[in-house]
Amino acid sequence: MKNAVGRDIPDYLLTNGKEVYQGKNYMDGKYITKASPKTRRYEKPQESKVVATIADALRQCNCKDGCTFSFHHHLRNGDYVANMVIAAAVEELGIKDITVAATSLGSAHDVIADYIEQGIVTGIQTSGIRGRIGDVVSAGKLKTPAIIRSHGGRPRAIEAGEVHIDIAVIAAPTSDCVGNCRGIGGKHNCGSMGYAMMDAKYADYVIVVTDDLVEFPNMPASVKAIDVDAVVVVDSIGDPKKIASAAARISENPRDLMMAENVAKVIASTPYFKDGFSFQTGVGGPSLAANLFLEKYMDERNIKMGWAIGGICGPMVEMLKKGKVGKVIDVQDFDLDAVNSINQTPNHFEMSASQYANPANKGAFVNKLDFVVLAALEIDTDFNVNVLTGSDGVLRGAPGGHPDTAAGSKCCVIVTPLTRGRMATVCEHVVTVTTPGDCVDVLVTDYGIAVNPLRPDLIECLDNAGIPHVSIESLKEKAYSLVGRPDDLQWEDKVVAILEARDGTILDVVRKIKPYTVDQE
Amino acid sequence: MIPRPKPERFRLRRTMMFLSAQKPGLTKDAYIYGVDSIMLDLEDAVAENQKDAARFSLYHTLKTIDYGDTEVIVRINGLDTPHWKEDIRVCVAGGADGIRIAKCESAQDVLTVEKHVEEAEKEFGVEVGRTLLMAALESPKGILNAYEICAASPRMFGCAISGGDFRKCMQTKFTPSGIDMLTARGMMLIAARAAGVQCFDTVYTNLKDEEGYRAEVMQNKEMGFDGKSLINPKQIRLVHELFAPTEKEITQAEKIVRAYREQSAAGVGVFTVDGKMIDIAFIPGAERTLKLARACGLYEGDLV
Repeated sequence: MKNAVGRDIPDYLLTNGKEVYQGKNYMDGKYITKASPKTRRYEKPQESKVVATIADALRQCNCKDGCTFSFHHHLRNGDYVANMVIAAAVEELGIKDITVAATSLGSAHDVIADYIEQGIVTGIQTSGIRGRIGDVVSAGKLKTPAIIRSHGGRPRAIEAGEVHIDIAVIAAPTSDCVGNCRGIGGKHNCGSMGYAMMDAKYADYVIVVTDDLVEFPNMPASVKAIDVDAVVVVDSIGDPKKIASAAARISENPRDLMMAENVAKVIASTPYFKDGFSFQTGVGGPSLAANLFLEKYMDERNIKMGWAIGGICGPMVEMLKKGKVGKVIDVQDFDLDAVNSINQTPNHFEMSASQYANPANKGAFVNKLDFVVLAALEIDTDFNVNVLTGSDGVLRGAPGGHPDTAAGSKCCVIVTPLTRGRMATVCEHVVTVTTPGDCVDVLVTDYGIAVNPLRPDLIECLDNAGIPHVSIESLKEKAYSLVGRPDDLQWEDKVVAILEARDGTILDVVRKIKPYTVDQE
Repeated sequence: MIPRPKPERFRLRRTMMFLSAQKPGLTKDAYIYGVDSIMLDLEDAVAENQKDAARFSLYHTLKTIDYGDTEVIVRINGLDTPHWKEDIRVCVAGGADGIRIAKCESAQDVLTVEKHVEEAEKEFGVEVGRTLLMAALESPKGILNAYEICAASPRMFGCAISGGDFRKCMQTKFTPSGIDMLTARGMMLIAARAAGVQCFDTVYTNLKDEEGYRAEVMQNKEMGFDGKSLINPKQIRLVHELFAPTEKEITQAEKIVRAYREQSAAGVGVFTVDGKMIDIAFIPGAERTLKLARACGLYEGDLV
């Protein structure tokens, strides 16, 4: 069945009330019954929940075949914990038929690809899928289709009971002996633990893995002892070099800077750019550099940013310290400046993934967002964005908060170079739709700006400010004239991943890629 | 094959950005930054054993990239090298708008290059006279001969001083005040104006020193340069900003031109605008301000 972005969704996936994507805000006003976990009572006072090994903790948590584990990705590509837990379950307990439900997976988790190939890990639910896991899933080696959700779509699915977490694993930079966890104060700090909060509330069992056991009570706790079954102390939870980089630096690449300046110009031309406006930006070159130029416009007009959300890094913390932004609320920290600021700098707060972006709750931050600046792997002439699959059709990306912030914000700006190497970024049809075009408002490239025709009000803003813009079709043609028009990808029928829209409908599917062959004539 | 319009000898050239002709990643779309002229370099940016490869990429760049309104000039190797003749053939065959003669020291240098350009134009079926020339003055001798150089050919649209080589010859180094090159800049400007061509200042190489760069660009404007050579897209904006006429200058120029046309139609030669005496001597300056303002996108009226 074709959905609202023109993608053909196989009917066999549309069972148990599953629908295809119908457009923005389709689920508004509908009701859900929240799922609830079945948890053990710890009525008798316990001195400590510390157990010797991960295997012991798994046994205590009734780990069985068919278990769904949840992991969170605050340790980013430095994470050791997910691998340790899956290895213990498989090698020591002999568990089979495992589903890994992670907030994101990267090349740090390449060993999980081995368990997929062996048929031991049979389900993957995640926002990000990269490295070898992406390769083996694309090759059709995972038993069930992977389910890809946005950061807001995941807590929605957990609340709705569409994914039931048997054991949530919390990778904690610090924990006390009963499981009060924080992302700071330890050896391998990550700052915010926002993605882990919902998991701990909705899982049957919760295991904390830390490498820094601190004195009770570890306050203020991000994940609280009231939800924790066991605490395991390991030598190291991750590779500090890959957890949080030194301060994220603003790009000096002239191309990035030019695009960033145009992003700021577009933002400053809209009526939402007024004192107290709200903002989110990514950490990619041009997205982050937009901060710099935005600050100039803020100074010129003597206005301040009310609040900023998102994954946070140093430059935003700097603006908070200078008093240019009122509050920063973050779900993840990208560099040490941000890690060292959360809950330390006044008005720098932590939030959960649900609070950040869940479309089914009653007040996610994204719904109050004025501007978001986002990157894209591809964007097509309907403004649909792909941030998941590469030009070869292989899974190698992450919707993350992209679809959530695009849908919630009043003005969503995509910034991307027109081409990357031989690939046209602006194209006729994206490989996979991860953010539907009805949520995307403006595209800024190094070859020009295009406004979504669905937003005549923004077109008028740009015209009034004298900002030149062109049709997205002309940008696509320019891109093809530079790098050529690519052949269509060749797919097999088998669906290897289901791309869920944030509201739970099906936005797109990714099929098994056909090995490329050159015609021999 | 990208057809390029016939080059204009006199056009807006506030910024001329140097790029190695050998770097496709840079040359493929250098126009996106809004520079007035691109200077594809075959000389100092290209290693001695890569001259051939650079010419090869230059030719294909000129043939395949649509630079639109951006002027495309090529800096060729000096006349004391074995490269310049082949450089010229490639420039003309590819359809470059102009050639920058490196280390130009005399009118004869210009005539020598012109002769080879003309031969190449005939060889490749390019309209004779299409390819423009400019001279880089890099030595005391070049500065002393600036006038004859600028006046040597109708293809000449301007000259530029090249700071690095010139300072070497003069045994001076860069000074923030510009005193090291003040005389040379002044002499070159006078020669260029006398010959009726444009005049461009040298590059500012310290990308980190924004204040120093601003001071030099401001001095360039005050001395009367038409534009400046650049080494990085980051430098474009400031030149365009500072070289643009101010709102006040535009309004004043508009008033002068309008008043002059009304008064002269009524047979009056000298009159006052806002209490200042105005006669025909003020008109070219005011008209130039309006033309520059239009080119900078700041004037949409119909007086020029």
